[in-house]
Amino acid sequence: MNAEVAYKKVFERPKSLKDTPTHYCPGCGHSIAHRLVAECLDELGLREKTIGVPPVGCAVLAYNYFNFDMIEAPHGRALAVATGIKRVLPDKFVLTYQGDGDLAAIGTAETIHAANRGEEISTIFINNAIYGMTGGQMAPTTVLGQEATTAPGGRDAKLHGRPIDISAMIAICDGAVFVERCSLASIKDIRRAKRAIKKSFQSQLDGLGFSLVELLSPCPTNWKLSPKDAWAWVNDVMVKTYPLGLIKDTTGYEDKK
Amino acid sequence: MVGEAAVRAGCRFYAGYPITPQNELPEYLSARMVEVGGTFIQAESEIASVNMVLGASAAGGRAMTSSSSPGIALKQEGISYMAGQELPAVIINMMRGGPGLGNIAPSAADYFQATRGGGNGDYRTPVLAPAGCQELAELTFLAFDLADTYRNPVVLLGDGLMGQVMEPVVFPDFVDLETLPERDCTLTGCEGRSPRALFSMLLNTDVLYRHNLHLQEKYDLITAREQRCETVMTEDADIIIVAYGTAARIAESAMEELRAAGMAVGLFRPITLWPYPTNPLRQLASGAKKVAVFELCLGQMLEDVILSVGERAEIFFYGIPGGPVPTPAEIAEFIRSAAEGDGKVGRRIEV
Repeated sequence: MNAEVAYKKVFERPKSLKDTPTHYCPGCGHSIAHRLVAECLDELGLREKTIGVPPVGCAVLAYNYFNFDMIEAPHGRALAVATGIKRVLPDKFVLTYQGDGDLAAIGTAETIHAANRGEEISTIFINNAIYGMTGGQMAPTTVLGQEATTAPGGRDAKLHGRPIDISAMIAICDGAVFVERCSLASIKDIRRAKRAIKKSFQSQLDGLGFSLVELLSPCPTNWKLSPKDAWAWVNDVMVKTYPLGLIKDTTGYEDKK
Repeated sequence: MVGEAAVRAGCRFYAGYPITPQNELPEYLSARMVEVGGTFIQAESEIASVNMVLGASAAGGRAMTSSSSPGIALKQEGISYMAGQELPAVIINMMRGGPGLGNIAPSAADYFQATRGGGNGDYRTPVLAPAGCQELAELTFLAFDLADTYRNPVVLLGDGLMGQVMEPVVFPDFVDLETLPERDCTLTGCEGRSPRALFSMLLNTDVLYRHNLHLQEKYDLITAREQRCETVMTEDADIIIVAYGTAARIAESAMEELRAAGMAVGLFRPITLWPYPTNPLRQLASGAKKVAVFELCLGQMLEDVILSVGERAEIFFYGIPGGPVPTPAEIAEFIRSAAEGDGKVGRRIEV
């Protein structure tokens, strides 16, 4: 019997991902997020017209994994670089993929203003509440009480300030048309995240404006938890500071269930 | 001035942030870019604007940003990245007084910032120094051509006086955008080819080592090919004034005054500050007795003059910091003092 007849291929690597192992730690959310982005690009037929801008942080090497044009930006400047690209090539698809330090600390100004200008760019925001690449320092999104190498004893509002909800800040900008917070810490949430990413991409294709999908993403290494416990920490602790769900949607799209 | 020249040179992307004394440029481009189908963005900061230029350049456009001294300090991040990623761009600096916020007078204290680079890493940027509005327009064209030829950011260094005076200018003709050479570094989506990545992070030390050597080869080529200067009445000169930009305009008037009084004085005016026109200056210095350096700061280009001239001639220096613009008579006094060696104006430099 012919193998093709006996076995139907139901799952394969998206074309938007290169056939190469990543450097991400076991249990890290980046690999899942990469795959969701790649699946959405494939399904919308966007790979060959996409230009991606990765962050400085753990995903700085994303151009080794994504199989489309990519350009490195200085730390925090992804949305400024992406603005330059999109304005010169308005018919191309431009996305940024940024972590919390990149997007919500050093790149706050670039992020807020790109959103407010309504740049037709899709941003994937990986929120893991920690600086991963540099070894576990406090992030702008580190939650109160969470241990970090620069917040010994846990984040204390008096000493370190409070975590920032940048997605809510972006949502109040008129130029932002779609903002949703999802999680990568359960199968159900991962499926929901994919729907949100696809909607964000569609809104760019339709020229509606800026969109952002925040993904609560486990970092077992720097949280010093097992991958399983890291999922539980997202679901039990992190969501209390960052409740999941739609934050803003003026796209007018009807949700297909 | 620079705005119209840039548009004619094919620039279709400008991003900047307001700072005096260069606001005339973004104000002009805010309307002009729309007329020619280009992009004008008033960004949220100097840092954002230079990084928008980085993106626009990667997408294939001739792109430019402008600022003045403290704003350029912020742009050094993007300039270093573009040097590392080998992306062309033009950066205009209409210098003002410093350090810090300083003032908005025509100081020329950013020679080090422009020629040594305030950004991190082993990189160089060509620096062009016009002395008037006509040359400002012409060097804007050259800046875009050099940037494309060498895939490197290029700095055009003017000052607050140049940024705000009015002089008649004959603009060069429009460049036909179709005739600009295609770049192989452009990101347009990977249709029909394998994906490209533009980055400056090369974690492998051997790879970064080779990348730096490659860049240095390019800088050596620029140094060999692109030294530019103007000389005025230097053939029979016993004393040669070295000055650039606005300082050179003042020095030229002083020179004419001294020539009329029978003094054998000439002017050497660097047009490229990097690469510094070391070879022609060295030759001149070998034939002259004295070199008199005049700057609108306390001695920055002076270091390149010392490196070029060495002990071939006696070197004198006169500098004015903070923005006051001296009269030609004041500079003539300096030249006379240098010729006499009486130490009344300026000082003798021990090499």
